[in-house]
Amino acid sequence: MHKESAIREPLILGHKTYHQITEDVCKPIEDKAPRMWYILFSIAAILGLYGVGCILYLLGTGIGTWGLNKTVGWAWDITNFVWWVGIGHAGTLISAVLLLFRQKWRMAINRSAEAMTIFAVFMAGLFPLIHMGRIWVAYWVLPLPNQFGSLWVNFNSPLLWDVFAISTYLSVSLVFWYIGLIPDFATIRDRVKKPVPKKMYSMLSFGWSGRAKHWNRFELVSLVLAGVATPLVFSVHSIVSFDFATSVIPGWHTTIFPPYFVAGAVFSGFAMVQTLMLVMRKAMRLEAYIHTKHVEYMNIVIMVTGSIVGTAYITELFISWYSGVEYEAYAFINRATGPYWWAYWAMMTCNVISPQLMWFKKLRRSLLFTFIISIVVNIGMWFERFVIIVTSVHRDYLPSSWSMFYPTHIDIGIFIGTIGLFFVFFLLFARFFPVLALNEVKTILKSSGESFKNDEAHSPAYSLADQHLAFKVSHDHNDDYAHGHTTTQVETGPAVEPMTEAPADGNIEILLSAVGKANADDKDDLKLLNGLGPAIETKLNNIGIFTLAQIAKMTKAEYDLLDEFIDLRGRAEKDDWAGQANDLLNNNEK
Amino acid sequence: MEFQVSNKAKMLTTVLMVVGVVFTALGVFMAMPGEGQESHLGQKFLANLLVNSFFYFAIGISALFFMALQYATETGWFVSVKRVIEAIAGFLPYGMGLLLITFLTLSFMSGAHIYQWMDSEVMQEGGSHYDELAAGKGAYLNITFFWIRTVIYMAVYYLFMRGFRQRSLEQDNNPEGAVGIHFTNYKKGALFLVFFAVFSSTSTWDWIMSIDVHWFSTLFGWYVFAGAWCSAMTVMVITVLYLKKLGYLPKVNESHIHDLGKWTFATSFLWSYMWFSQYMLIWYANIPEETTYYLMRIEHFKGIYFGMFFINFAFPMLILMSRDAKRHAGILTFVGLIILAGHWTDVWVMVMGGSMGPTASFGTLEIGMALVFLGLFVKVVLSNLAKAPLTPKYHPYLDESLHHEI
Repeated sequence: MHKESAIREPLILGHKTYHQITEDVCKPIEDKAPRMWYILFSIAAILGLYGVGCILYLLGTGIGTWGLNKTVGWAWDITNFVWWVGIGHAGTLISAVLLLFRQKWRMAINRSAEAMTIFAVFMAGLFPLIHMGRIWVAYWVLPLPNQFGSLWVNFNSPLLWDVFAISTYLSVSLVFWYIGLIPDFATIRDRVKKPVPKKMYSMLSFGWSGRAKHWNRFELVSLVLAGVATPLVFSVHSIVSFDFATSVIPGWHTTIFPPYFVAGAVFSGFAMVQTLMLVMRKAMRLEAYIHTKHVEYMNIVIMVTGSIVGTAYITELFISWYSGVEYEAYAFINRATGPYWWAYWAMMTCNVISPQLMWFKKLRRSLLFTFIISIVVNIGMWFERFVIIVTSVHRDYLPSSWSMFYPTHIDIGIFIGTIGLFFVFFLLFARFFPVLALNEVKTILKSSGESFKNDEAHSPAYSLADQHLAFKVSHDHNDDYAHGHTTTQVETGPAVEPMTEAPADGNIEILLSAVGKANADDKDDLKLLNGLGPAIETKLNNIGIFTLAQIAKMTKAEYDLLDEFIDLRGRAEKDDWAGQANDLLNNNEK
Repeated sequence: MEFQVSNKAKMLTTVLMVVGVVFTALGVFMAMPGEGQESHLGQKFLANLLVNSFFYFAIGISALFFMALQYATETGWFVSVKRVIEAIAGFLPYGMGLLLITFLTLSFMSGAHIYQWMDSEVMQEGGSHYDELAAGKGAYLNITFFWIRTVIYMAVYYLFMRGFRQRSLEQDNNPEGAVGIHFTNYKKGALFLVFFAVFSSTSTWDWIMSIDVHWFSTLFGWYVFAGAWCSAMTVMVITVLYLKKLGYLPKVNESHIHDLGKWTFATSFLWSYMWFSQYMLIWYANIPEETTYYLMRIEHFKGIYFGMFFINFAFPMLILMSRDAKRHAGILTFVGLIILAGHWTDVWVMVMGGSMGPTASFGTLEIGMALVFLGLFVKVVLSNLAKAPLTPKYHPYLDESLHHEI
């Protein structure tokens, strides 16, 4: 039995039931996309297409179309690569490391953070590929038998380790993400009506049935994958840092790089999660699940990792003096006061100072402020990589070869293009995938849901009545109905067991409040309806349905409820009782 | 339940200390230089004093760090073992006292060839052993600034330790204010982490890295901290298991032990990660001013140095990987004791490599002093445990911890 202390803030606001969680997550997928989605998607797609165009031009013409020169051999390309890989760290950290630390708040954000991770790693992987120039021989980086001439990959090079580290990370992240999606896909599969989507979702959900055995295996596999993914969170960015730290370039070679790069990656990844999540929760009306407390937790992670990064900057700076190595010291003096001073100070301001503002509770709980800082941090982390890469190499050991780097429009176009492509992927994800791990969120409803925590739940987490309510509220805007529902008192007190036996009286009340009450004196001959015999009529009378007017008001929801009371096997819907009753009533009036 | 130190434990710790003192005396006697021989005795003695006082001080401060971390992250499960952590952190005043005695002696002996930068002959131009590279660090490495920093570290650590302990005990008698006290701890925990983030690195540079006065590594502070944290976790597990064996802590269940085991496992990995990162990058770049640190250690302590890495990395990884092992008292104690010895060896090589170098040896003096400190540490921790009820009361997460199940 798990206990949750009363002083912990609830993770799910308001009163939600299991069914409402399903509704809230699935509705955006089942409804038509809002116009805003199309607008954003078009913008992203145009940017992405522009980027693809730039990439094609680059491949056709050559790497010379970038602003690289003999001294600055790595610039925006690797900056962008490291930036995207870094962003791709939050997802797996959230889903794996926070799973091991039993942080329940992760359940609201892990799905979309993982999706973001995967898309970010896609974007990252693009840069080393196009940096090869001749991408059609990309397979040469694989240690294949030596039949291409005298080529054999250099296993001593961290760049090769990167290939393996990142592809391992990508595959494990993908599997982890997909395993989590299976039960949620099954939920959608069971809800959709159209045959094609139903087929699609049932293929995606691998025949998930929701049996206890499936859940058992699901949890086991999640734990195992979390164990596998956790070292990967560390290894990927450690190896990315080796790309720099193994070389003898002042400003690159320093032992603190691996853990400091990991911290920086988590820092930027969480900033991107904040940027996306703050918009998404609003657009998809998930405010009850991703709320201020989640934002606050993420801001604390940003503050902590930002402080680690800041400490590492200062450590590097101090040791560059302490070491007594003048090249090392110059590398840092050049960063702060050389021609790229603005990049250095942009990095310092965005990465060291801005996260410190999160110490103020007011600020870290302010959504607008968080949104601004999350963008500031992402800008800062881009500059960090730029500073490390470009300012360290642009003035090398030989002053006669010192030079500057100026980006060309191809540099800029490809970078912007990756941002566009990233959003194309993310918007598609938000459109067709459950953006919240709905089945996981359900597991914490009773322990961390606001109404259950405060003991104010006016209905249990699972009840037909509530399902009905949710259905009505989302499908019907009729004032009468709304009025009827707000005044309807369903069951009181938190009943815990799911109702599997005879329906409670509350459901009858719901039904009657929807169709209106009547008494036996006004009784119509219900047998006038096709498919309604005397036996069913008696049953209907028993639950308080006497008139054609009542039946005329029935919709799908009421039919379903009726099916609970009287086993009609959908006959009411098939024979369109309400339509028939309406016709009869109209004829009578004439 | 109140804990009482058993007579057996009292006896054992006293015996450890007495035997340790005898061995130390024997070691000192044996290391006395004969006619015309060069004496390394003072250096040897002080280097050993530094190894042990730093090692146990580091366990105390890491326990305090762990507690602050649990407070700051609003952790629930640790509440029922929190008194054990407090008792281990309670060694801090002793550890600090011993470190201060060491530093004071060293300051009066011009660093005794351990801290060469304390020697004005090394640091001042025209001195008999003038070293330009060391002198270049004079603005940071000088006795006055060293003491200012050391006193600040210790004062801050001590104040936080006392504060956490006082509030924890106060909570037991104050059911109304318990939640308020918890939130104070939450804030102070975060504040402590800020200080610790800076001081853990800088204090390691001052006390350990400056022994190899030419050498530098940006990761060194985090590396030493990771080792200390791992040692502190093993001490916590072993202490909890000892108490449970005696029938105390009835509410601490397998899940708590499992969590402590996981932390031991995780911090072992953290330490190995730091060790590897530092070693690999220095080996790969192969710059003389950096490789000197490892070359010297590999030359004089090859077996010990790599053996220590193998034990501290492979033992916990292979043995503690399985879930059942992390719940098994015997396995945890066995692995814990071995990696504790492994991390002690790590500190020993850190200090000895830079100070004694080729003249270092492992004999009665080393064993004796290690025993004295071990005895003292266990004695202090046990008597701290006896000073307060083992299970705290009224902590808002107490219920979560009592119902802990994973």
